[in-house]
Amino acid sequence: MSTNLTDRGSTRPRGATDDHPLARTILIALGACFIVLFLVLPLVTVFAQALKNGVAAAMDSIVEPDALSAIKLTVIAAGIAVPLNVAFGLSASWAISKFDFRGKSFLITLIDLPFSVSPVVSGLVYVLIFGMQGWFGPYLREHDIKIIFALPGIVLATMFVTFPFVARELIPLMTDQGRDEEEAATSLGASGWKTFRRVTLPNVKWALLYGVLLCNARAMGEFGAVSVVSGHIRGQTNTMPLHIEVLYNDYQFVAAFAVASLLALLALVTLAVKSFLEWHYADEIAAIHKH
Amino acid sequence: MSFAGVLPATRWRARSALPGLGLSLGFTVFYLSAVVLIPLAALVIRPWELGWSGFVAEVTQPRVLAALRLSFGAAAIGAVVNTFFGLIVAWALVRYRFPLKRLVDALVDLPFALPTAVAGIALSALYAPNGWLGAPLMSLGIKAAYTPLGVVIALTFIGLPFVVRTLQPVLTDLSRDHEEAAATLGATRFQAFRRVVFPALLPALVTGAALAFARGVGEYGSVIFIAGNLPMRSEIAPLLIIIKLEEFDYAGAASIGVVMLAASFVMLFALNGLQSFTASRR
Amino acid sequence: MRNTSRYLLAAALLLSTGATCAADISLLNVSYDPTRELYKAVNSAFAAQWKAKTGENVTINMSHGGSGKQARAVIDGLDADVVTLALAYDIDSISQIGKLMPGDWQKRLPNKSTPYTSTIVFVVRKGNPWKIHDWSDLIKPGIQIVVPNPKTSGGARWAYLAAWAYAEKKPGGSAEKAKAFIAELYKHVPVLDTGARGSTTTFAERGIGDVLISWENEAYLALDEMGRDKIDIVYPSVSILAEPPVAVVDKNVDRHKSRKVADAYLQFLYSKEGQELEARNHYRPRDPQILAAHPEFKKLPLYDVDDLFGGWQKAQKTHFADGGVFDQIYKPGGK
Repeated sequence: MSTNLTDRGSTRPRGATDDHPLARTILIALGACFIVLFLVLPLVTVFAQALKNGVAAAMDSIVEPDALSAIKLTVIAAGIAVPLNVAFGLSASWAISKFDFRGKSFLITLIDLPFSVSPVVSGLVYVLIFGMQGWFGPYLREHDIKIIFALPGIVLATMFVTFPFVARELIPLMTDQGRDEEEAATSLGASGWKTFRRVTLPNVKWALLYGVLLCNARAMGEFGAVSVVSGHIRGQTNTMPLHIEVLYNDYQFVAAFAVASLLALLALVTLAVKSFLEWHYADEIAAIHKH
Repeated sequence: MSFAGVLPATRWRARSALPGLGLSLGFTVFYLSAVVLIPLAALVIRPWELGWSGFVAEVTQPRVLAALRLSFGAAAIGAVVNTFFGLIVAWALVRYRFPLKRLVDALVDLPFALPTAVAGIALSALYAPNGWLGAPLMSLGIKAAYTPLGVVIALTFIGLPFVVRTLQPVLTDLSRDHEEAAATLGATRFQAFRRVVFPALLPALVTGAALAFARGVGEYGSVIFIAGNLPMRSEIAPLLIIIKLEEFDYAGAASIGVVMLAASFVMLFALNGLQSFTASRR
Repeated sequence: MRNTSRYLLAAALLLSTGATCAADISLLNVSYDPTRELYKAVNSAFAAQWKAKTGENVTINMSHGGSGKQARAVIDGLDADVVTLALAYDIDSISQIGKLMPGDWQKRLPNKSTPYTSTIVFVVRKGNPWKIHDWSDLIKPGIQIVVPNPKTSGGARWAYLAAWAYAEKKPGGSAEKAKAFIAELYKHVPVLDTGARGSTTTFAERGIGDVLISWENEAYLALDEMGRDKIDIVYPSVSILAEPPVAVVDKNVDRHKSRKVADAYLQFLYSKEGQELEARNHYRPRDPQILAAHPEFKKLPLYDVDDLFGGWQKAQKTHFADGGVFDQIYKPGGK
């Protein structure tokens, strides 16, 4: 990254765009305090609780059948919801950042909307539509199609909750980058699809990756919305977060936190993968940033 | 900014030379409608069973108002805290090198990945009077868990990644040329930040804060464990929705949902408008 | 990318159909929160008995949650064969709003369709430092009470009614005085959790409060789980007869063709074996012999909701519905 170039030799005289060492120390200290208070301590609490009875006990509660079925369900739901939201995010940010049209700001706001909808409500809307007291419930029951209290409902709720993540990462960046490069590419005769693949996608690669990771993490961790549409059937419609709640309510605190730490680990691992990719492709990134 | 005059005046009005508007916008609108708009229509239609006066009566009950005030107020405070510290964290992550930087970078996403219920349990364990942080706070006379302060803590946690993660790509992408130019022209570091860096970051900063706020307003899972849930004092609006549902009062529940939705929508819309306004001025 | 998701969707469908074929018959029992341990024991005992009797494998799937929430899920289409909830009002709702069973469901099984009962007791810190022995001790200055929110917890409604019954029926008591007592009592509550388990955790793990008002079964379970060195159980002078009812959901069992096994499952709860399992899980069995064999269930005067409050429909409307007595306690300014 270009930042690394300037930061590399700390013995070098301070550059024009480097901050005063004191400012730097203070800012890092402030940031560190905040991170420790709000992130590290809760995380440590989770792991400390999970490992209270040793690693073996924690592992046992993860390989137990109900936990495994919860993990499977969570992976399947995220596996469907995330790719769909990625496709949406790319398409929406292309339309919004590369074109001008009326009502753009309105469209962006609509995309943000699921963030501001209470998870409780985002589950509820599907109940209002597909529930027995809702619009299509009786029809679906007649044809023996299960939406809520089954996998489709869980997927829908997950999609709703994680809907804006990818688009939200991409829109500011792509807007900022403008469309000069793409216009240059098309004027040189590249097709739209090729331009998108060869010019736009490499430019937004890292933001896209962030978006996918966030979307995935949130998809796997969602509790409120999924809780409303799941029906909480043990071993069948419980996702990992719901299984954690079940265990916690069973007085199995250690097991609950063990499964929870699995989700926390997931966050750390995906970010490790991201860091690895960034490091591995450092030259490529530097090339992108050079022009 | 004064650059506005330099830009070709036609730029924001010109037809784009790029293809794919129809396809991408079509898919966007279709998917948006299917996943978000139609389901939300089901919510918005519901309160009309009560009629307008019924709807107003429902949402102006003192208890509902108190809950709305708490949810919006705590989310706003949380968003402000996150904006301030989020900027510092993002700045440090992009511009500085320090030990465990990668780990800190990874940790920022934790509030997304950790199920909200687990976050709530962990936070209430930490901030309860017998917890690691609750006990020292208690000796200072500050009650954190089971008070509105607890709500703010939970919402700060929930909204944290939004500001950092929205700022990070923009900050990484931000060329240092302008800062260097400012420095050569004799600007101090702080002036360069205030005049050059900050305006460039502002859209992302505002977006991040707005998202953190919007997310906080509706948050349920992590808050109920640490809030205390006393009516009029520490009861959040989403809990009231749940309570209405338990009473089979779907219309009443939807009414509160609609108010929250409308308020967030207006705010997000205003901010997005502001953002594209500042973007077009740049 | 879309191919991948299509493939995943197909895989998901395969998996979900695979899961349903695994057992010969399956039942879904939708229950409330504190019954997890009870039905774990009951289900395996019943499955063994059914296998011996008919040769069929029966799997009983469980769903647990707050009683009101569970009732709503069944009304919204959760495919329950049987419901075992915290109070009759919730099953009434399934019958009235969901129209999934006849209105006289409570007459179809003995004892108002409740195979086991429970009551409301106090849990205090070890050694009872505040000397809490009866309801009137709860409102002594400085005492903090932990109890769940009656709006979201069935157990909390029983607790509320028990407190009310004490204040109305004690010498010199009246409905007016009961209302004042209840209002005073909730002023001592620093945390209203949404469910019974949440309150137990708040009290035992977080160290909040001096007394927890709880289901009897929940209190004994907490004693087992949290350690007898931490908490004691105190029986007040009077309490309430909590009757958590069970019922077959007619519309659903007819569709699943599972009525026979669902009926047998509920009958099993009334059998000697079932009653013994209930007693061991701290629910008071209806069978007098088995009850007598478990001396831990202390005998105390218990009021009946039907006698004192005119049944659950009326109690719900007066006390817990929107604008009811409980809401009036938390009027603005009435901190």
